[in-house]
Amino acid sequence: MTLLDRVWVAAESATGGPSSATLELVSGARGLGKVVELFTWGDEATVASSADVLGGYGVTRVYSVGDIGPALPGPRVASGMAGLIWAGDSPDVVLVGATYDGRDVAGRLSAKLDRPTITNVVGLAEAEGPRLVAEHAIFGGAQSATSQFTGPGPGIFVVRDKTFEARPTEVSGVPVSVVPVEVAELGRTSAAQVVSRHVETQEGPKLDEATVVVSGGRGLGSPERYALVEELAALLHGAPGATRAIVDAGWVAYSHQVGQTGKTVRPTVYIACGISGATQHMVGMKGARHVIAINTDRDAPIFGIADLGVVGDCGVVLPRLIESLRARG
Amino acid sequence: MKVAVCAKQIPDQANPAKLDPLNRTLDRSDRLILDEADSYGVEVALRLVEQAGGGDVTLVSMAPRGETGGLRTALAMGAAGALLVSDDDLGGSDALGTAKVLAAAIRSISPSPDLVLTATESTDGYTGTVPAQLAELLDLPSITFAKRIELEGGGTSIRVWRQTESGHDELCCTLPALVSVTAGVVEPRYPSYRAIVAAKAKPITQLSLAELGISPDAVGAAGARQVVTGVVAAEARQGGEVIVDSGDAHERIADLLQQLKVI
Ligand SMILES: Cc1cc2nc3c(=O)[nH]c(=O)nc-3n(C[C@H](O)[C@H](O)[C@H](O)COP(=O)(O)OP(=O)(O)OC[C@H]3O[C@@H](n4cnc5c(N)ncnc54)[C@H](O)[C@@H]3O)c2cc1C
Ligand SMILES: Nc1ncnc2c1ncn2[C@@H]1O[C@H](COP(=O)(O)O)[C@@H](O)[C@H]1O
Repeated sequence: MTLLDRVWVAAESATGGPSSATLELVSGARGLGKVVELFTWGDEATVASSADVLGGYGVTRVYSVGDIGPALPGPRVASGMAGLIWAGDSPDVVLVGATYDGRDVAGRLSAKLDRPTITNVVGLAEAEGPRLVAEHAIFGGAQSATSQFTGPGPGIFVVRDKTFEARPTEVSGVPVSVVPVEVAELGRTSAAQVVSRHVETQEGPKLDEATVVVSGGRGLGSPERYALVEELAALLHGAPGATRAIVDAGWVAYSHQVGQTGKTVRPTVYIACGISGATQHMVGMKGARHVIAINTDRDAPIFGIADLGVVGDCGVVLPRLIESLRARG
Repeated sequence: MKVAVCAKQIPDQANPAKLDPLNRTLDRSDRLILDEADSYGVEVALRLVEQAGGGDVTLVSMAPRGETGGLRTALAMGAAGALLVSDDDLGGSDALGTAKVLAAAIRSISPSPDLVLTATESTDGYTGTVPAQLAELLDLPSITFAKRIELEGGGTSIRVWRQTESGHDELCCTLPALVSVTAGVVEPRYPSYRAIVAAKAKPITQLSLAELGISPDAVGAAGARQVVTGVVAAEARQGGEVIVDSGDAHERIADLLQQLKVI
């Protein structure tokens, strides 16, 4: 298969270096194109230190639209990319992570360039052309479709996290050039300003990196019962997760959500407590090595993918399980 | 204050399309309903108008066959009127095509809205890109994934709580602007019987592509410039053992966890 000449990856902001989503994307991009370049923002020092890390992942050039201050990245990054593309300096494809800021970049770039997007991508491969074939989940993850762009590029792929594995290259010491990008006057599109940021401090491993994830759903019965989920997760050195139903109900913060609009997790063990197993939830956790489910309803879809299913009340089983694990030390 | 709310009308997800047992064709008799995801935008819009002390909510929708079922629900909730773009050439539209049509419909509203609301993603299509595409086409600032919106500066700007990966950001933005709202931000009101009856008399203006000045090849399947080359059932995981708890199921779980060496 022929590789594409050039792939652009839109980065996610991350204080303290490129985010895991960015490293995953550039690692995947390396298998698709001869040249992988990154688009990002930030002050010079941050971008320069990011670039050092990215060099180890095969990125040869980092474009930066500079410090964006309190603005949102979407309009500025999309405008920077479009400017280069209009000037004839175009990649074959643009890969964007399926994150909040990523979707803003993808949507704005698509409208600016009049180029389509393929979203919810969970796999990318070379086809004849050279062109890419994207695998993406449809019907809430019940089916998987493959799609291709048919018109002139660059096509924009919005890729879900965990689609690729972050892998550094074997070669080291490849220099990365940082290229500042001029951005045209953004007018009204950049009028939104962040006035304050609230970061929820979280103990224990990150949800998308934990080897054990214990998630709770509406079957817990009350927000207070979520403490059982947290306790079990802590006991197993894991992270607590949640369904959208209880996030929407305000029981727990969104950062706990697993599924189509939440995180994708691939732990060794996933324990689902009071979760029905809607396709939109399962799409985010079916990559788990082992699944254990506790649900009062013998017909709950979650049992269809559980290695061990317990038909029972999590209000009863969880406290006993916690006690038993404590006893086992 | 004038608010335009994008309201997608979709098949009832609890009652998916089925084959007609008699002639084996797809049963299309089921009406489209308001995408629940958009009912939050409608509610937020109605509350903002109340808070502003005046104005109205206009719905904007693109749907096949002149469908109005979902729009009637949102009108019963309190929206003043609706614009519906329905055209045979729109079948197979992708997200960008949809955004072009919605943008043209919103531009036809006079005076132009102070705020455009969408959901973060539709229940059936869930590309999640329409909001940012729409904002770009309308030359508006956008704040996506809003959990809460408040009016400020005597109704000239908004303060928005935006969900982030690690918490939330608070943003300010002068109007006009586009905001996409997450599900669960507010409890959508349940229309009364009287409101449902009254909604039948509210105006729904149907627009064709020609009336919006959009060329048929820019939208629909022709404008999508992407093809689906295959569809397969998602890889199924095998279910394992299911046991009924008779007081010792927790021990079975603990044994398995020990066997898997996570404790
Ligand atoms: C566009 C879109 C995106 C979505 N994205 C996501 C997403 O990212 N993540 C996500 O999770 N969902 C998502 N959803 C929602 C999804 O469709 C489901 O509504 C949701 O996952 C259901 O959550 P739940 O399992 O907690 O609740 P329910 O479906 O209500 O299930 C509760 C379960 O608890 C069981 N139960 C009741 N009492 C007990 C008890 N005492 N002990 C044990 N079990 C009990 C019940 O039998 C039931 O199976 C999305 C939906 C849409 C339309
Ligand atoms: N056909 C449509 N009619 C009205 N609004 C729509 C339509 N398609 C998308 N939208 C709006 O855009 C949001 C995001 O859609 P999507 O990008 O398809 O996930 C939806 O939740 C709606 O608010």
